[in-house]
Amino acid sequence: MNKEELLSQIKRNVVLGHIDESDEGFDGDMEGQPGVTELVAKGLEEKAPVQEIISSLSDGMEIVGERFESEEYLIPDMLASAECVGAAMGILEPHLNANDIKRKGTFIIATVEGDLHDIGKNIVVTMLKGAGYDVKDLGINITAADIVAAVKEHKAQYLGLSALLTTTMVKMQDVIEELKKQGVRDSVKVLIGGAPTSEEFAKSIGADAHCRDAFAATDTLKSFEVAA
Amino acid sequence: MSAPTFRPGTVVKPTERLSREQVGLIHDASMRILHDPGIVCYNEEAVSIYRDAGCGVADGPQKKSWIVTIPHDVVRRALQSVPSRIVLGARDPSNALELDAEKPRVYFGTGSETNIVLEVDPAGANGAPAYREQRGTVNRLCDSARLCDALDNVDFFIRNVNVQDDGITVENKDANVFFAALLYCTKHVQAGISNLDALDEVLRIAAGVAGGEDRLRANPRVSFITCLVKSPLQMVDDTTQKTIEIARRGWPLVISSSPQGGSTAPVQEEGMVALINAEILAGVTLTQLVNPGTPVLYGAVPVRVRLDTLHDYYGAPEFVHYNSDCVQMARSYLIPCYSTAGVGDSSQPGLQTGVEKLLSHLAMAQTGAQYIHYAFGLLDRTNVFCPAQAVIDDANLTMVRETVRRTRFGADELTRAVSEVRSTMSSGTRLFARHIRRYRRQGLVSDPYALAGDDPSESAVLQRACERLQAIRATRSSRLDQSTVDAVRREAQGLLPPEAFDL
Repeated sequence: MNKEELLSQIKRNVVLGHIDESDEGFDGDMEGQPGVTELVAKGLEEKAPVQEIISSLSDGMEIVGERFESEEYLIPDMLASAECVGAAMGILEPHLNANDIKRKGTFIIATVEGDLHDIGKNIVVTMLKGAGYDVKDLGINITAADIVAAVKEHKAQYLGLSALLTTTMVKMQDVIEELKKQGVRDSVKVLIGGAPTSEEFAKSIGADAHCRDAFAATDTLKSFEVAA
Repeated sequence: MSAPTFRPGTVVKPTERLSREQVGLIHDASMRILHDPGIVCYNEEAVSIYRDAGCGVADGPQKKSWIVTIPHDVVRRALQSVPSRIVLGARDPSNALELDAEKPRVYFGTGSETNIVLEVDPAGANGAPAYREQRGTVNRLCDSARLCDALDNVDFFIRNVNVQDDGITVENKDANVFFAALLYCTKHVQAGISNLDALDEVLRIAAGVAGGEDRLRANPRVSFITCLVKSPLQMVDDTTQKTIEIARRGWPLVISSSPQGGSTAPVQEEGMVALINAEILAGVTLTQLVNPGTPVLYGAVPVRVRLDTLHDYYGAPEFVHYNSDCVQMARSYLIPCYSTAGVGDSSQPGLQTGVEKLLSHLAMAQTGAQYIHYAFGLLDRTNVFCPAQAVIDDANLTMVRETVRRTRFGADELTRAVSEVRSTMSSGTRLFARHIRRYRRQGLVSDPYALAGDDPSESAVLQRACERLQAIRATRSSRLDQSTVDAVRREAQGLLPPEAFDL
C-alpha cells in the first residue's frame, strides 16, 4: 500500500467508524481488517507525514458530518467515527510537538464534585477529540481546586463542566469562583452542560456558555474560534 | 416452481388469559349451548345438511325456522377436517399470507364497510383541523385500496368503504367492490358478498386479474367473509346460503360472528365467549359438512355494549378480554383466527382515538391472532373510514410490532454481550454506542415514531400524516396494467364506467 492508498484507507475507515480489526464497521463486514488505529500506526511506521494523517482523519470526519446532516448517519455512527479519530490522535500525540503541529485547543473537562455521572461528558469528550481538540478528561467527582489546577497546568483555553444533579450543579459556581481567585478566569472559556442546567443558570453563575448536548458544545467552540 | 414467500408479519410469544382448564370449560359450555337451546336456523338447506349429519331438528319459533341441535360428536368430526394452515394469495405473490393456527404470526388488515369517508384538512379555518365527511363511492374505495397497498403494516385489504354511487345496484355492487380493490391493491383482498348471484362473477373477475382460473386457485388472491349468525344463536337465511355456496366452491372464508356483550350476548367474559364460540363452531361445522377441508378462519368480533347508548363499545377493556379468549379458543381447535383491533368510540383523530386504538392494537397483537382486521383508519366505532387516520394507525402499528416481536437469543448472543461489556469498560468513554450499529442492521433497534417531528403537538402529527397521505396519493404505482383491465372489462358484467375507477 503506498502513502496515498494508506491515507485514503484511513479516511475511509473513519467514515465507516472502523476503529480496529476487532470492530465490524458501519456495514458489519470489516472484522479482521485493519482499522483506523492499525492504519495510523502503520502510517507512522512508514513515515507518512503526521499532518497528512491528521488531514485524512479530518476529511473523514467531514464526510461523517455531512452524512449525519443528511440523516444517513445517526448519532451512534457519528460517535463511532469520532471515537476512531480520538484513538488515532492518542497514537499521534507523541509526534505532534516534534512535527510542530498545533491542535485546535486544549479542553479540560470534568464532572463536578459530588457527582458520579459521566455519560454526557463522555459523549462530549468523544466528539471533541473527533473534532481535533486536545481533550483532557479529568473524570468524575472532581473538586474545584483540582479542576483549576488542571486548567493552569495545561494552559487550557476551554473548560467543560458537567453535572446531572440539581444538588451538584451548584458546584459549578465554586469552580468559577476558584478560577477567579487564582486569576485565570479570563484566560479560559467555561462551558457547562448536564440535564438540570440551563442558559439562565449559566448566566447566573458567570459561565461563558450553556451546551444542551455534545453538538452544541462543538458548535460553541467553533463560534469561539470565529470570534477569536 | 419456487416455494411461495409470505409477508413476514410479526411472530410473537402469545399471551394467554385463559388457563387450559378454562379453555376446556368454555368448549364444554359451548357444546351444551349447541345441544340446548341449539341454533335457530332460517335456511332450509342448512337444516337438511345438519339433519343428514345426525343433528337434531325441530320446528323453530317462526314459520320457515328450525331449531338445530348439534351433538358434540358432529362438531368434533367437522373440526378434524378443517385445515390448520391457509395460504391467502395476492396480486404481488410476495404479499401472500400464511395463516397457520400453530404459528402465532400476526397480520394486520383493514375492515368494516363505512358509509362515510372523512377527509382532513390539518390547517383548516382558523388554523384548527377541518373535517369533511364524504359519501363512500367506488372511487373512494379505489383510493383506499391504493393507500392500503402503500402502507407497510397493512398485510391484507378488506373493502372498507361502502360504495354508494348512483349506478351501484344490489346486482353489480360486489363486482365493483372486488374490481376496485384488485385494481389498486397488490395484497390479499377480502370482502363479504352482498348478493349470492354475484359470487361467480366476482370469481370470474378475480380469475381475469390473475390470468386464469387455475392461476387464481394456485394463488387465491380473494377470499370471503360470511357473518351467518345473528346473535344470539340465529343462523340467517341468505348469509347461510352464501356460506354453503362459498364452501361448496372450496374458497377460503371467514366464519364470523359479532355478538354484543350485554345485549345480544352475556356481558361477562365466560358467558360471551361460550356463546360466540358456539355460534362460530356451528358455522365452521356447516362448512365442513358441505365440503370437508374447506379453509375457514375462526371469525371472532365480540364487542361490549355501551350502557348509555347501547352502541358497540370497542374501546372497552372487556373487548380485549373477549377477543383474547377467542384467539385461544381458535388455537385450541387449530383454526387460524380472524380477530379484531384498532377500533374506538372517538369520531376524530386525536388523543382519545390514540388511546382506544392502541389498547387493542397492542393487546391483540400480543395474543398471536393470525389475522387482525379493523386495524386501520376506522373512527366513530366502525362507521367512518379516515385515510389520514389510517396513516397514523400504520405508524402506531410499527411501534406495536416492535413491542410484541418475539425475542430470540441464546448462549452465543450472551457471550457476545459479555464481550461487549468487557471491551466497553476498558475503553476510555465506557459508551456502548458503537455496538448499536450491529443490532440496527439486524433490525433489533427500533426507529423513532414515524410521525414524530420537531413540533410534537397533536395538530403537527396530523399535519405530517396528511402530508404522507398526499405523497401516496400522488402515485399510481399499484394500479393493474391496462391490458389486464381491458381484458377483465370485456368479460365482466355491471362494472361502472372506467372513470369511476380513475384516481
